[in-house]
Amino acid sequence: MTDAVIEPKVKTTPKIVEPTIFDLSSPGRVGVTMPASDVPETALPPEHLLRSDLPLPELAEVDVVRHYMHLSKFNYSVDSGYYPLGSCTMKYNPKINEDTCRLPGFLHTHPLQPIETVQGNLALMYQLQEWLKEIAGFAAVTLQPAAGAHGEFTGVLMMRAYHKSRGDIKRTKMLIPDAAHGTNPASVGMMGMTVVQIPSDERGNVDLKALEAACDDTVVGMMLTNPNTLGLFDEHIEKVIELVHGCGGLMYGDGANLNALLGIVRPGDLGFDLMHFNLHKTFSVPHGGGGPGVGPVGVAAHLAPFLPEPLVGIVEEGNDETPPLYGFIKPVASIGRMKAFHGHFGGGFVRSFTYIAMHGPDGLKDISQYAVLNANYLQARLRDTYRVPFDRICMHEFVAEGRFSGSDVRALDISKRLMDYNFHPPTNYFPLIVHEALMIEPTETENKDTLDAFADALIKIAEEAKTQPDLLYNAPSTTQFGRMDEVKAARELVLCCWLPEGYDLNQ
Amino acid sequence: MLETVGVKSLDDLFEAVPAKHRFPKLNLPPALTEMEAMDELSGLAQANENVRADLVSFLGAGMYNHYIPSVVDHILRRGEFYTAYTPYQPEISQGTLQATFEYQSLMSALTGMDVSNASHYDGATAAAEAVNLAYAQFRGKRRKVVISPTVHPQYRAVIRTYAQGMDVQLAGDDANANLDSDPNDLANLIDDNTSLLIVQYPDFFGRVYDYTKLIEAAHAKGALVCVVANPTALAMFKTPGSMGADIVVGDGQPLGIPMWYGGPSVGFFTTRKQYVHKMAGRLVGETVDNRGQRSYVLTLTAREQHIKRERATSNICTNQGLIALGSAVYLSLLGKRGLRQVAELCYQKAHYAAQQLSKIKGMGLCFTEPFFHEFALCVGRPVEEVNAHLLEHGIIGGYDLSQDYPALNDHMLVAVTEMNSKEDIDILVEVLSEVSHD
Repeated sequence: MTDAVIEPKVKTTPKIVEPTIFDLSSPGRVGVTMPASDVPETALPPEHLLRSDLPLPELAEVDVVRHYMHLSKFNYSVDSGYYPLGSCTMKYNPKINEDTCRLPGFLHTHPLQPIETVQGNLALMYQLQEWLKEIAGFAAVTLQPAAGAHGEFTGVLMMRAYHKSRGDIKRTKMLIPDAAHGTNPASVGMMGMTVVQIPSDERGNVDLKALEAACDDTVVGMMLTNPNTLGLFDEHIEKVIELVHGCGGLMYGDGANLNALLGIVRPGDLGFDLMHFNLHKTFSVPHGGGGPGVGPVGVAAHLAPFLPEPLVGIVEEGNDETPPLYGFIKPVASIGRMKAFHGHFGGGFVRSFTYIAMHGPDGLKDISQYAVLNANYLQARLRDTYRVPFDRICMHEFVAEGRFSGSDVRALDISKRLMDYNFHPPTNYFPLIVHEALMIEPTETENKDTLDAFADALIKIAEEAKTQPDLLYNAPSTTQFGRMDEVKAARELVLCCWLPEGYDLNQ
Repeated sequence: MLETVGVKSLDDLFEAVPAKHRFPKLNLPPALTEMEAMDELSGLAQANENVRADLVSFLGAGMYNHYIPSVVDHILRRGEFYTAYTPYQPEISQGTLQATFEYQSLMSALTGMDVSNASHYDGATAAAEAVNLAYAQFRGKRRKVVISPTVHPQYRAVIRTYAQGMDVQLAGDDANANLDSDPNDLANLIDDNTSLLIVQYPDFFGRVYDYTKLIEAAHAKGALVCVVANPTALAMFKTPGSMGADIVVGDGQPLGIPMWYGGPSVGFFTTRKQYVHKMAGRLVGETVDNRGQRSYVLTLTAREQHIKRERATSNICTNQGLIALGSAVYLSLLGKRGLRQVAELCYQKAHYAAQQLSKIKGMGLCFTEPFFHEFALCVGRPVEEVNAHLLEHGIIGGYDLSQDYPALNDHMLVAVTEMNSKEDIDILVEVLSEVSHD
């Protein structure tokens, strides 16, 4: 054994742009004062049940406000600029929704109140169920799922329950195209089913031969996003559904891309048996920096008995003088409960209800027509600069390749450089079937000037990639923060303002 | 624009859509203007009776009427926060990322655990994700999960739903179990095939137990333990972390989030550092940027569905980002002293109510253990009847426990928070006294 001298690791202290809320804490400061107790005092429980210290920060109200205001300025948002993030439908969120969802009658109602005292809430939920049924062509809708992935899980549970109810127990395979969102296979994985991946053909459609070969009596169904994640409407959608139905499978629609279809086509009419909606994409619930979402599921009549409980229904019919009494009903063969209480009512249903009410049938169709026009316009402006591997009329989004022959510039560099032009980048590296994917979804709420400015920036960046690639490699340079060391984050795993006791940074 | 695209009309963009189903006429009401929409929504909201202006409420059972300081909603209304997406581009998302990192820190501090994720949908789904974690931890080799019957009935229902896809057997989840038995008896259900024990703290009936011995017994069998906790109670009572819990989950609604007729709220999920790779959901970690500045990124993303697809432990993607931010702002404002004060106010008022109510002839507390801000009260007749009478006096009574526990016929679960004044409580006592004399 040698006595090697171990150099102490030199650690440079990072520069702190905004201290954490714990850094800002100072003993004795108070942000809000609660009133004194107005009841005779009861002794506290025995000491051994109590905690000795509550290590929360101590700040004055103004310190808290300034801290979060500082943080807010580090965010790019739809309210501050163009956000063409593919697959996410980053449309403008109308401000009135923020006011309607905060009406006191909605804010301060308890989910277990007697139904007679919450008829406004129940009427709104009932109406929203009816509207979603009409928009997508389904027989019934549950509003309960909390997000798109939660809706998928709900759907897969129902598909399983449907087959089981028919004594058809050998079905264990779910067909999923290679272009699918990761949540689709993950939802299936949670059910212990196997995923059979179906390739796409050269026009970006489901490969019919591969699909036909996979269809047998062990198929639970198929999960399909249509338009798919390439932004393309499947040109053989009816044949795809016929093949799946032909082998006894059910057709699940991932409604992530429903923004292309409002008033254009109803998935239920095409033969989809069930589909989840993303109210936070299509129906203007803001994305909130990562949620909450809302993922209602619509189903055809043969799946309605399996919906999660409870649904909102009319429990006593009304007449000319009295409105109907709304209440909760339990589907006969329900898969059970997906979450506590009734779903994302306030921050979800109320906003989407307001949005649909303010658009009406013609306004909804306008949404999809303009979303599709904007995407095609951008695609047309960019296709000579960025290769579009599946180049045909797209729906609400399209996918280009962020690479150039003879250059090491990658999609990531292009995205980071877009930040210097004050744009949010498109989605990167998804779908997986396109090299260096740049997935661009303009949405209907942007005007031609914005689209042109964005296209001009991307064309300029392509030029920079040839002449001054360092501008891209070093981007972003005009933002408050530069590129992050993601390896360090994963290796050192500092997930909290302090390290757990005995934690070894070098482990 | 059409010319650039190379089509003659908007309709030409949709030729891939089967013609016979193209452009359906949607049977929806015509569009409202903003003024009309506000009028319609106001009408619906006013058709409700809310628990601030119209009614006095003693309803809890998993969702609580707490005071929300003004600052919380002022921050949540910042467009920079609520109109941003998931922070996949960290250079221009440090606001969301640092706030989430601080949320993780605050929840770890509150629960006494090492790490927290960025949130789950709600308390019930967070508990279901604990089952997933334990299942993954033992690679599916331990197939039994023991659940205390005093875990919230809707949480147990959600766990049953989630478990349909897994080869997992649930034990203890029995509404007819003896609800007065020592929680340590649950240890008898734990065996070498058990991956997880789930208990609630305070339990569904508001009772506070020290689970240290039970957790030791579960660990002796190699099982993990998940404690479903009320975050307000954690300001006062010893942490599940200090009792040895492996996972602490719960619903963050009491932390500055309106009840909003049941959601959205936020599910918190905290655990020990050794289980972090098995934990579902997003995680924010600290790092530096290329300018040497402290900064934050989503980390350990290889666990998640968009990378691991069908091999991911969970399919969760969108979580409750904005609501988690609301909870972080609330905890920052109330801080060390304020949150403890809220907890003590709840404790004091609930105990005053319990003392007064149990003096009413024919009524009494169901259990004798220490409790926090909820308690089971026997009212001597069907709760539905009693609550109908209370409602006539503008009071929403407690949750009817007979809905979930056949043995608790004539029992209601009464919740009292800082929002209930002594006067509210005295009126409740008075009206209930009338009922008992009827």
